[in-house]
Amino acid sequence: MSIHLQREIDNLKRDLLLICSIVEEQVQKAIRALFDRDTELAREVQAMDEDVDRREINLEEECLKTLALHQPVATNLRQLIAALKINNDLERIGDMAVNIARKAAALAVEAAVEIPADFADMGEQTQAMLRKSLDALVQMDAALARDVCACDDQVDRLKKKIRNQIEEQIRQDPQRTGSMLRLLSVSRNLERIADCAANIAEDVIYMVDGRIVRHQAD
Amino acid sequence: MATAVPTPVQSSIQTRDLNLWYGSFQALKDISLDIKPGLVTALIGPSGCGKTTLLRCLNRINERYGNVTTTGRITVLGKNIYDADVSLSELRKSVGMVFQRPNPLPISIRENVLFGVRVHVRQGRYGRAEQDAMVETALRDVQLWDEVKDRLKGKATLLSLEQQQKLCIARLLPLKPRVILMDEPCSALDAEGIERIEALIHGLRSRYTLLVVTHNMAQARRASDECIFMLLGRTIEHDKTVNVFLNPKEKETEMYVTGRYG
Repeated sequence: MSIHLQREIDNLKRDLLLICSIVEEQVQKAIRALFDRDTELAREVQAMDEDVDRREINLEEECLKTLALHQPVATNLRQLIAALKINNDLERIGDMAVNIARKAAALAVEAAVEIPADFADMGEQTQAMLRKSLDALVQMDAALARDVCACDDQVDRLKKKIRNQIEEQIRQDPQRTGSMLRLLSVSRNLERIADCAANIAEDVIYMVDGRIVRHQAD
Repeated sequence: MATAVPTPVQSSIQTRDLNLWYGSFQALKDISLDIKPGLVTALIGPSGCGKTTLLRCLNRINERYGNVTTTGRITVLGKNIYDADVSLSELRKSVGMVFQRPNPLPISIRENVLFGVRVHVRQGRYGRAEQDAMVETALRDVQLWDEVKDRLKGKATLLSLEQQQKLCIARLLPLKPRVILMDEPCSALDAEGIERIEALIHGLRSRYTLLVVTHNMAQARRASDECIFMLLGRTIEHDKTVNVFLNPKEKETEMYVTGRYG
């Protein structure tokens, strides 16, 4: 492989990992803002998004440039395609963290509602999936990536459970419907973040093994 | 991100309405270009499109062939090279050229490096120590020093083709050129030689204006900062290399870079 291409790929990896760390922080802070009713922290999450958006576009341009100028093949080609897709997922995760932060900010100024107990669990599992998928990316570890994909079902189950709890609370106290719907939206965003983490893990498997593992029963 | 392209201050080579005829055949048509210093600019296009002719105008080497008529203006480093007071010898000192086939002189490696200095500079101006330093610096700049330092008196023609081509580049450097023209500098080399010469070109780019004619599109993509696409004696597109290959403005460029033309 040419030195130029190696250098470009190293740079792309470095930039992608930087986006990973920013987005991971966004998710962490958005969840904390929800539990701590911290509007300041929620604002911080929203402010970080501009940086993520800018970096996403830069990385995409660099990937396209590398594809056009070096026309890589084999591992290098898979790495670039995976980087493009992961980049996209990371930006989406950032957007969903912003959605959570917005709901958190709105909830913080309303009368406190009881946050269903499973929320903490869902938040932790989603963050764990994200962390693991990013670790799998850093370490190019397909086995770890497979673990992430397996966790997605648990998060889906928690989301359903939370939905049932929220429905029940709305029935009991319709006055609080607005707040409860905001919580429902938070759980939906958490579930989507977990989906994106699973996508990233699938892309890591593709990058390492060259196998597309999406849409498989197991 | 990718290696930062230095911001060029001004153009180092400028052509305006340049036309050239070989007899009655017009090889260059209304070429107006601004080539920036500190970058590698690749000249691409199908055979016979005028790339080499354009390159050869820039140090007036075309005049060696009879029957050549040139109109228009070429400015190199702010000076019109067709002005009456321009000395060809001075011009070729500041505008060096590397050819398709390495052309070392059948003398020693050391004498090859010093050849330009001997031609252009009054004899006795540089002492032995200065000459040694010149030879070492030039050969180090082209990454040849370690390979040949113990046989500087050996014949240059015995070097491998890649080494010969590096030597031909090294030969220009003691004259402190500002512009280096390269006409298919890698076409005689194998894949590894090509990679090393490309790395060398990349390493030299910040100090010189490099204009490289190439048939090899992969090379233009890899090794140049800007690209000029020529067709039938005209320049069709001149832009950053990434734009030429990712998002060309002209249909002809698109057809050429996608391999449907030429």
